[in-house]
Amino acid sequence: MPGIDQAPPPFFKRGPAPLALLSFYVAASIALFVVDLKYHSVDLLRQAIAIVVDPLQRLAQTPAASIGALAEYARGMDQLQQENAQLRRARLDIAPSLARLLHLEAENDRLRRLLDMKEREKASGQIARILFATRDPFSRRIVADKGGQVGIVAGQPVIDGSGVVGQVTRVSLLHSEITLITDKNQIVPVQVVRNGLRSVVYGLGGGQLELRYLPANADIKEGDLLVTSGLDGIFLSGFPVARVKRVERDSAYAFARIVCEPVAAVENFTDVFILSPATQTTPLPKELTDQIERKAEKREDPGPSAPDKPIKKSKGR
Amino acid sequence: MQPTFTSSRILLPVKPWFVYTTLFLGLMLNFLVPASWAAVPDWIALVLCFWSVREFRRIGMGWAFMLGLVMDVANSAALGQHALAYVVLAYLASTLSRRILWFPLAQQALHILPLLLIAQIIQALIRLAAGSGMPGWTYFAGPFIAAVLWVPFTYLLLLPQYRPAEQDPNRPI
Repeated sequence: MPGIDQAPPPFFKRGPAPLALLSFYVAASIALFVVDLKYHSVDLLRQAIAIVVDPLQRLAQTPAASIGALAEYARGMDQLQQENAQLRRARLDIAPSLARLLHLEAENDRLRRLLDMKEREKASGQIARILFATRDPFSRRIVADKGGQVGIVAGQPVIDGSGVVGQVTRVSLLHSEITLITDKNQIVPVQVVRNGLRSVVYGLGGGQLELRYLPANADIKEGDLLVTSGLDGIFLSGFPVARVKRVERDSAYAFARIVCEPVAAVENFTDVFILSPATQTTPLPKELTDQIERKAEKREDPGPSAPDKPIKKSKGR
Repeated sequence: MQPTFTSSRILLPVKPWFVYTTLFLGLMLNFLVPASWAAVPDWIALVLCFWSVREFRRIGMGWAFMLGLVMDVANSAALGQHALAYVVLAYLASTLSRRILWFPLAQQALHILPLLLIAQIIQALIRLAAGSGMPGWTYFAGPFIAAVLWVPFTYLLLLPQYRPAEQDPNRPI
């Protein structure tokens, strides 16, 4: 009989079993976040979703934003006048140094050329407005209103009126995402203004930074100003980053614990300046380039490859 | 106290457009909340949990996965972080739905609380494994507030399905 070993048609269509579905979706999401966190290679998918989500997000935030704008509008006349007077005074304060800045820059260029040094790179970029902070409680990021449509790329440094704010880490078509220097995964190479000591400053979360890997007897005091050292080839040198708030020297540890506070208004969101990526790179000293060449020659005949990767990396910037 | 089934009313069938609208509204509510309010409950998780309990044939893990991806992009979290949490939430809610619906509302809320907490803990574990900082304890306050909100939420979301208490065949609506 032909039909006897056929299963009867199911009464209800239910699709795959719940456990099968669960394991499929769990596998899919684990694959997604491993690829995203480790290799950062699903940005295309992220951007595709962002094209739909971004306008919705802006729409949802319109009422709150317009209430804020209304409050701004309703502020008293005399408060505005006060602010205006304050700004005028502040401008007068910096006027003497600003007026001579152009002259000094030109002189500096001339002197550097006389000494056969490389010219300093001039800062340029564009102003962007901060829209909101992202709701991810594990990181410190803000979203600015300029993105790929005006040519912003990931990696550009971001500053405000007083110092470094962070770095652009992700760009969608209309927005760009800035990781603040207080984020736990953000690292900035810095230099102490007072004595030229170089180190790197790590974010701590909670609006603080930490200067790590300085020996316990390092010459650093409370109130020292840290500026970017420019060694990373990303941040131009000389932008204020942080001020040392507390130095704890404990002989039990090899390193001093140095807590700093950002100079820029990192956690209040106003307008920021997104600097163009650095184009000039500092050339390596001659001894190093010689070394690399020698190693390249060595590698042609079979020999142990030396760890010259970091040098090459910094050269490629 | 022995739970009884007497408190449940016989409901009209759910309208699909109402389910989708509430999911969309939950999403918009999540977009609305500023980052500084860490203790605000995850609305989309709550709505998703509600429909997974009530209508697990209609709203299941597929929806949870898609909405999770949307939340990942909106919060700029790791892609798949919310998705995994919501999928597990939807699975647990739909498996437990027969049991949960047997209880009165206050005890239903007690069932919902661990589900929402599990979703939150999954996200925290993913990010801690990836090397991020601890979010602070207010991050885990959201599920408790959401569990308290379960009672008013049930009334609100079931409102279109209630039959009038006294049926009058001559009434126009």
